[in-house]
Amino acid sequence: MLEINNLQVKLEEEDKQILKGVNLSIAPGMVHAIMGPNGSGKSTLSYVLSGKDGYEVTGGSAALDGAELLDMEPEERAAAGLFLAFQYPVEIPGVGNMTFLRTAVNAQRKARGEPEMSATDFLKEVRSRAKDLKIDAEMLKRPVNVGFSGGEKKRNEILQMAMLGPKMCILDETDSGLDVDAMKLVAQGVNALRSEGRSFLVITHYQRLLDHIQPDVVHIMSDGRIVKSGGPELALEVENNGYADILAEVA
Amino acid sequence: MALAQLKQDATDARLAALSMPEGGWSAAARRDALGRLRAMGLPGRRDEYWRFTRPDTLNQPAPPPAAVLDHGEAPVFDAVDRLKIVFVDGVFDAAASDDLSLEGVTIERLAEARGDIHWARDLYGTLEARGQDPVQRPFAALNTAFATDGLLVHVHGTPSRPISLIYRHADTGSDAILHHVLRVDSGASVTVLENGPAAARFNKCMEIDLADGATLHHVRAQGRDHERRAVTHLFARLGSESVFKSFTLTANGMLTRNEAVIEFTGDDAVAHVAGACVGDGDFHHDDTVFVTHDAVNCESRQVFKKVLRNGATGVFQGKILVKAGAQKTDGYQISQSLLLDGDSQFLAKPELEIYADDVACSHGSTSGAIDEEALFYLRSRGVPSGPATDLLTLAFLAEAVDEIEDETLAAEIAGRLEAWLERRRG
Repeated sequence: MLEINNLQVKLEEEDKQILKGVNLSIAPGMVHAIMGPNGSGKSTLSYVLSGKDGYEVTGGSAALDGAELLDMEPEERAAAGLFLAFQYPVEIPGVGNMTFLRTAVNAQRKARGEPEMSATDFLKEVRSRAKDLKIDAEMLKRPVNVGFSGGEKKRNEILQMAMLGPKMCILDETDSGLDVDAMKLVAQGVNALRSEGRSFLVITHYQRLLDHIQPDVVHIMSDGRIVKSGGPELALEVENNGYADILAEVA
Repeated sequence: MALAQLKQDATDARLAALSMPEGGWSAAARRDALGRLRAMGLPGRRDEYWRFTRPDTLNQPAPPPAAVLDHGEAPVFDAVDRLKIVFVDGVFDAAASDDLSLEGVTIERLAEARGDIHWARDLYGTLEARGQDPVQRPFAALNTAFATDGLLVHVHGTPSRPISLIYRHADTGSDAILHHVLRVDSGASVTVLENGPAAARFNKCMEIDLADGATLHHVRAQGRDHERRAVTHLFARLGSESVFKSFTLTANGMLTRNEAVIEFTGDDAVAHVAGACVGDGDFHHDDTVFVTHDAVNCESRQVFKKVLRNGATGVFQGKILVKAGAQKTDGYQISQSLLLDGDSQFLAKPELEIYADDVACSHGSTSGAIDEEALFYLRSRGVPSGPATDLLTLAFLAEAVDEIEDETLAAEIAGRLEAWLERRRG
């Protein structure tokens, strides 16, 4: 599904190398987690994969189902099936959440040469998906993320994911700013979307999210590289011993 | 002195090219207006309220030619059930217009209302004259003196359909001067629509007198003919508990100066003036607004949004004057521009002058670019850069468009803005 080979990235405006050769291979239907201390390059990886400005790829590649992601515009990556759940979802005053969702769904359909979703079908689906995530009609009407609580913003990300039905979902610190109940709700939303054809990359500091979204593979990232990979037990190790021990071990 | 002489010469040259129509009941008002105009002269660049907008092409005896745009689309408001009144290059077109009869209102043409007695006699030029102090508005005085036609509209009930003034442009050299007078009786309510470029150069004045409890909704879409020039004035007096809501869409136009002069004379009244303009290239758009609160507990809102690209210029001069005794005034003013590139500019002069101590007045003015974070968010969801930029631009304009109360009209205006943006997408 996602093949990242020796990916090297620096900041565009500064001479600072963030990713120093990341290798990662995620098979269809698998959930991978990336953990690591602050500044290890986790969020940069998610931004570079989704096409945010401000980064320069200095080497390596990243392919989604064989298609080179790094050559595509952000919207093309989305249409190809990539989705990033933002750590800090952006507020867009003046654009209704519903309009936003519908525009996005139909833009992706158009890019894939599929017919637009009818207003009725869209409404039906969005209502049912929203209900599962406890998103009420009022939240759907409001401008995108404006005045939403931290939990509401994250649930809104998962609603977008559900509506867009991507193949490869990246969750960037989706647990940050969430209390336990909100995290459970978000995790349920994610788990409901798990399927054979859909893969996940869950970026997090803490093991607790991984209690709710159970990963198949856990990677530890440090200083722009993946330094250790293992099963779910690796996340527990981090929880019990912290990063220092693991990093000392691989150094 | 040299400057005064230049003004004098420009005024003389313009006046030499004009002739005052026979007035009947309006003759005295026209002569008075001419006197006002001679005394103040046409505007010059040193005039405080003309610093940001060059008056030259409005001053000169004949307008620069303006090509007639054939955009092949249905005109604005075409789908709205309305009473249509058509002017072509400022000349009434009876064949294209509906019969001027509509329940709840009497409508006459200025050019046909001869004789010495007319209800409009008390109003014609009166609100314009009041609006000359403290800021001079020479083109409004010129309009009162020389208007060739216009409508005298007396609303005594609640007409079932909007009155729609359609200004067509056919002659590349046309110079039109229209003056409308609108009186809305106590408890009466009406919607007035205006659309079209009108002429190569259009000077339009509308005097509005709202009696106690009267309501006027005004929605206007100025024509898209790129080379047209327009100077327009709205003078409105609001009686107690009256409501006046005015919205203007401006897309294209080399020069547009829209002035609104609003005076609250009765308590508990509401006036909202709003505008959304979109300009590309050789585009200059000026909103000059003066709101005078001279009554208790009135609410005024000014909401102006401008989208500018490729060297377009936007101007906003907005004032709220709260006179002594106008307590509980609620005044709000916002003017914002979205600059889609580094070549465009927005010049704003917000002013507050308050002589009462128990009022809430706020104003704000900003210039900004498209929010890159929001743009990336939209693109990451699959919305391509062009449509995503348009969506954010429409969101920026929404606060002004939302001032239109009627949802159908608001949707019509939003649709025009969307189409304009889409046509300019690279």
